[in-house]
Amino acid sequence: MKQHSEKELKNIANTLRKHLIKMLEKAGSGHPGGSMSSVEIITALYFAVMKHDPENPCWEKRDRFILSKGHVCPILYAAMAESGYFPVSELMTLRKLGSRLQGHPHMCKLPGLETSSGSLGQGLSIAVGVAKGFKMDEKKNHVYCLMGDGELNEGQIWEAAMSASQFQLDNLTGIVDVNGLQIDGWTKDVKCLSPLKDKWESFGWYVIEVDGHNVKQIIDALNHAKHIHFKPTVLLCHTIKGKGVSFMEDQAGWHGKAPNEEQTKKALKELERAEV
Amino acid sequence: MTTKNLAKDIYEKPDQIPTRHGYGDALVHLGKTNKDVVVLGADLTSSLRAHLFAKEFPERFVEVGIAEQDMMNIAAGLSLVGKIPFVSTYGVFCIGRAWDQLRTTVAYANLNVKIGSGHGGISVGPDGATHQALEDVALSRVLPNLTVIVPTDYHETYKATISSTKIQGPVVVRFGREKVPVITTKNTPFKVGKADIYKKGTDVTVIACGVMVYEALIAAKMLAKKGIDLEVINCHTIKPLDMDTIIASAKKTKCVVTAEEHQQIGGLGSAVAEFLSKNYPVPMRIIGVNDRFGESGPPEDLMKEFGLTHETIIKSVQDVVKMKK
Repeated sequence: MKQHSEKELKNIANTLRKHLIKMLEKAGSGHPGGSMSSVEIITALYFAVMKHDPENPCWEKRDRFILSKGHVCPILYAAMAESGYFPVSELMTLRKLGSRLQGHPHMCKLPGLETSSGSLGQGLSIAVGVAKGFKMDEKKNHVYCLMGDGELNEGQIWEAAMSASQFQLDNLTGIVDVNGLQIDGWTKDVKCLSPLKDKWESFGWYVIEVDGHNVKQIIDALNHAKHIHFKPTVLLCHTIKGKGVSFMEDQAGWHGKAPNEEQTKKALKELERAEV
Repeated sequence: MTTKNLAKDIYEKPDQIPTRHGYGDALVHLGKTNKDVVVLGADLTSSLRAHLFAKEFPERFVEVGIAEQDMMNIAAGLSLVGKIPFVSTYGVFCIGRAWDQLRTTVAYANLNVKIGSGHGGISVGPDGATHQALEDVALSRVLPNLTVIVPTDYHETYKATISSTKIQGPVVVRFGREKVPVITTKNTPFKVGKADIYKKGTDVTVIACGVMVYEALIAAKMLAKKGIDLEVINCHTIKPLDMDTIIASAKKTKCVVTAEEHQQIGGLGSAVAEFLSKNYPVPMRIIGVNDRFGESGPPEDLMKEFGLTHETIIKSVQDVVKMKK
């Protein structure tokens, strides 16, 4: 896989954001907020850290990415298209009848997707199963699972957290996009997660906190996680919901709403300026 | 009057073995013959008879603890790396509590997860309504991609469990807690999706699953004396339904009674009614639990209290015969 410079990775992230805005405008619906906050995480995974082959989505030695917060799939689709899994032009079919790009991801439609998701709280358990399977077969593949912080309201996440440490799954890295917002408001007002680091540690996980919009920090942390033994690692990525478009940032209202034509123009203009 | 394929002396003194033993013994056989088979338990491992597998193949047994939703999705993950996982717990938990996991992760993606769904029906007995799965067939039958099997006895549960590994996709095998008559043998033919006619007849078709197949055979024997000739079908596979066998029998007898240890709503009876109403409507009666929760009690008393007996079948047969005329 091509090695990208930090500057290139920043520009890839910016490109993904531009795809996202255009996709959602075209689709007329979708989830910009949590997608924008996850951009650097997905960029780090697909363009720097994960072993994968867009030409051969079923490559046995690939690492596995389990998207637990399925509603941010547009940003995953954008990263997959930019990686070469399918033509970038197909991104504009998002949410249309007959499209491989379902509103929430469906693995039977699109090669390269590892699961179908959309009902929150399930991905970490799936990731535990995948990682446990690799352990049984003494395989070296690594498993990544992206969750939202609002998603941590789901009790099943904590069942899975216990399972992962019980099974000593050091081939599993959880990633939480801590953007602080969910549909009904700030996570601290809905169901307070604090102290989040302590929670994961007490469940037996090794915890790394990073700036979730700093690609280099994320990459370093993901690589560091590979050297932690006998326990799973979780990255708490502190992010801003709607990151990159001024009027979407920190606004719960932009969780699940598509930009109109004018908002799209404004957003794309801001993103053009962010190019480095 | 029974076919040559059934066990001998089933009316006099049939052997009595719980169907869950068929599940446990089949898992051990699969452990020996299929290296991809793994079994998951949620703190009910010995009740499901999965402890036999766990003891013999500890490296392929995954104890998840009291966390059925986690278990269903861990099984999904294991299937994604080529394992054939068997989720093992009571129906109210694996089909009920983990239904969203079963629906959205397992069935939607057609993952190769097998579900050993225990404690099906009212015959669970003294544990009462919380543990008696009476809605599980409805909840699983409604999901696309899912195969749903309700075997009648020990041997059939064994065969269904083995056969489930030959199917690429999710399969539910539903069985019970208590001892029930063993009416088939090791050699009785069994094929997923193929209903078996256990007694040929011309007057009324009785389509049953689980322990109600035995009750249907008793009803047939008793009614023969009154000159009513029942055709008894063991419809162990609720989904996909064996439409050919059912319609051929309905065309012959012109009336149908179904019997199952499940709510009348949504189970085998509903499946048959959905099919026949579109393709060959005939008078029908559905025997099952009549829209109420179970309760504690000795299994045999509960079966009587909830009308899951050959007496109810006889009464319903007489009803549909009248309706036909």
